[in-house]
Amino acid sequence: MSDSLVINNLHASIGDRPILKDFSLTVPKGEVHAIMGPNGTGKSTLSKVLAGHPDYSVQSGEAFLDGEQIIGLEPDVIARAGLFLAFQYPSEIPGVTIANFIRAAIVARQAKGAPFDAKAYYAELYAKMDALKMDRKFTGRFVNEGFSGGEKKRCEILQLMMLKPKYAVLDETDSGLDIDALRIVSEGVNAMRGPDTGFLVITHYQRLLEYIVPDRVHIMWDGRIVHSGGKEVALELEAKGYDWVKTELASA
Amino acid sequence: MAEIDESQAQREAIEVDRSKGDFKYEENYAFDAGVGLSAATVDYIAKVKGEEEWIREFRQKSLKIFQDMPMPTHWATTDLENIKFEDIRYYLSKGQKPVRTWEEVPDDVKKTFERLGIPESERKFLAGVEAQFDSEAVYSRMKEELEKLGVIFCGPTEGLRDHPEIFRKWFGKVIPIGDNKFSALNSAVFSGGSFIYIPKGVKVAQPLQAYFRINAENFGQFERTLIIADEGSEVTYMEGCTAPKFETATLHSAVVELVALKGAKIQYITVQNWSANVFNLVTKRGVAEEDAEVRWIDCNIGSRLTMKYPGVVLRGKRARGEVLSIALANDGQHQDTGAKMIHAADDTTSNIIAKSISVGEGRSTYRGLVHIPKTLSNCRNNTECDALLINEHSRTDTYPAISVRGRKNSVQHEASVSKVSAEQIFYMMQRGLSEGEAMSLAVNGFVNDLVKEFPMEYSVELKRLIELQMEGSVG
Repeated sequence: MSDSLVINNLHASIGDRPILKDFSLTVPKGEVHAIMGPNGTGKSTLSKVLAGHPDYSVQSGEAFLDGEQIIGLEPDVIARAGLFLAFQYPSEIPGVTIANFIRAAIVARQAKGAPFDAKAYYAELYAKMDALKMDRKFTGRFVNEGFSGGEKKRCEILQLMMLKPKYAVLDETDSGLDIDALRIVSEGVNAMRGPDTGFLVITHYQRLLEYIVPDRVHIMWDGRIVHSGGKEVALELEAKGYDWVKTELASA
Repeated sequence: MAEIDESQAQREAIEVDRSKGDFKYEENYAFDAGVGLSAATVDYIAKVKGEEEWIREFRQKSLKIFQDMPMPTHWATTDLENIKFEDIRYYLSKGQKPVRTWEEVPDDVKKTFERLGIPESERKFLAGVEAQFDSEAVYSRMKEELEKLGVIFCGPTEGLRDHPEIFRKWFGKVIPIGDNKFSALNSAVFSGGSFIYIPKGVKVAQPLQAYFRINAENFGQFERTLIIADEGSEVTYMEGCTAPKFETATLHSAVVELVALKGAKIQYITVQNWSANVFNLVTKRGVAEEDAEVRWIDCNIGSRLTMKYPGVVLRGKRARGEVLSIALANDGQHQDTGAKMIHAADDTTSNIIAKSISVGEGRSTYRGLVHIPKTLSNCRNNTECDALLINEHSRTDTYPAISVRGRKNSVQHEASVSKVSAEQIFYMMQRGLSEGEAMSLAVNGFVNDLVKEFPMEYSVELKRLIELQMEGSVG
């Protein structure tokens, strides 16, 4: 519990519409868990609720980050506690360069008034950009402004690698990526796999899981997990289709 | 990129703590004109300053014009009616002549300057310092190299007394007494400010700088600045203002006149941080002769009401005028700013870029005037005004008045209004930034391309000021 992302019996809604219905899941640190499910089943809502998005309200349930209850905390407090969300649709921030944005995020995690080692920062930033095959000129571009879908996702993974969260939620990171970009992004995530980080990979397709091989796969339907298993579950789902979920799993 | 990164690191290292502006020392004024404004007040100021008769007459004439002119509330905000002219002290002085060496400066004034960080920045950046403590410049000095070049950098009293052949010709000519009610008020009671003359062909490499402070309650500060750049000369002047917080309203009403003679360049930079009860009503105008250039960089943060429209009269062929401005209106503040470009010769060009940010209940207004008569040809103007709204209650208005006649003249006008969206804020907060940090990052991004034009020291100060404003705006 103190070394896991634990979600217990979460009920959440947007407006009057209930979306998460008694959702429970545990992701131990060091593991990669995948959530699969059809559109509209609540996958993205889960990521937003965990990150503290103000548009969603939580009726009941809890979520613990290494034992710390995060439901009801401000988004920045949750982020600094160690939860990172790679957005499906990242916002543009005109006039703010990627280098300055990530730097501000790192400074926000430091003790107030602590010195910032700019030289070490840029050395690390450039190394991670090289790993993601990003041109160094990219640091001077404004966050997500005029980016292609692939550039946006790479920029999310770059932030993930620089901020080194305890838990990362990847919301449909594969959408909008061609095969090459998918491989590069996956390599970035795989490089981060290790005992210090837990991953929750949300995806609609099995394709991403060929590159980021999960320890566990969960199938989500109508606001909760209806089936869990090893990586073979993804292949089973691919073969049988979401109708299988509807007829055999959801009714159970 | 690496170079930019290093300068970024340096910027952080020299960041100024602007909360330092929030303090006040004992008031112990040797001269005080009392409260209220009358012919006797004006005579008193002229007498204390030992001014010649023509200046006294100029003041009296100005007072009459001020008293006869109505408030411009037919177009401007009625908040102007809340200024209690009868409650204001129009002249205060330590009674000292401006001193030249640091040793001669009184200790409490020194303390004020130390808190404002002037000695350090002087060593680094300044070629000459003219710091105004209330009405009189108590500390003014120029580096020897500048004096050898024949540059004059003094206050209006010394300028008009010691160098009338240079200053009298232009004093009150770029901005006539009756230009508006507040230029008339300033002309009646002006005190302090900078009079600068740059001789022919002299290019002053380092910026000249003045710090202004208001340190007495109910005290209006009426500086008067006149900068004359002779043919082919170049100068940058930087003006920064911090005011301590007071309970009752304070009036600041300056007049700044710039004269760029043939081929000269003047750049005038202001970063203002008035406290939220200050009425800041300033008239700024420059004249650019043939091939000359006048550039205003104007940042208005704070104050209760700012009304300021820096202008350039393009009087000679190929003259260039530019206004780059940033205004930030927080709760209870109204930034009514803009620019004026009067084209009066062929082949003249002007550029206006105005960015405003409205936060909370803040309100920003852009007023622009571009005038190109039909007798002229090959004149060009570019105007861009962009407004950023931080939430639902803030307000922005744009009143561009562009009158361009004649066949070969062109004008471009672009305006935009954007909002910091809740999704943007959430995105930044998900990266660990507090709401205030997220908003100030968004605002700094919005002004980023303009701030790049500023000298480094001022861009750092502006960034810090924006951060302080945004932190304060989060509930």
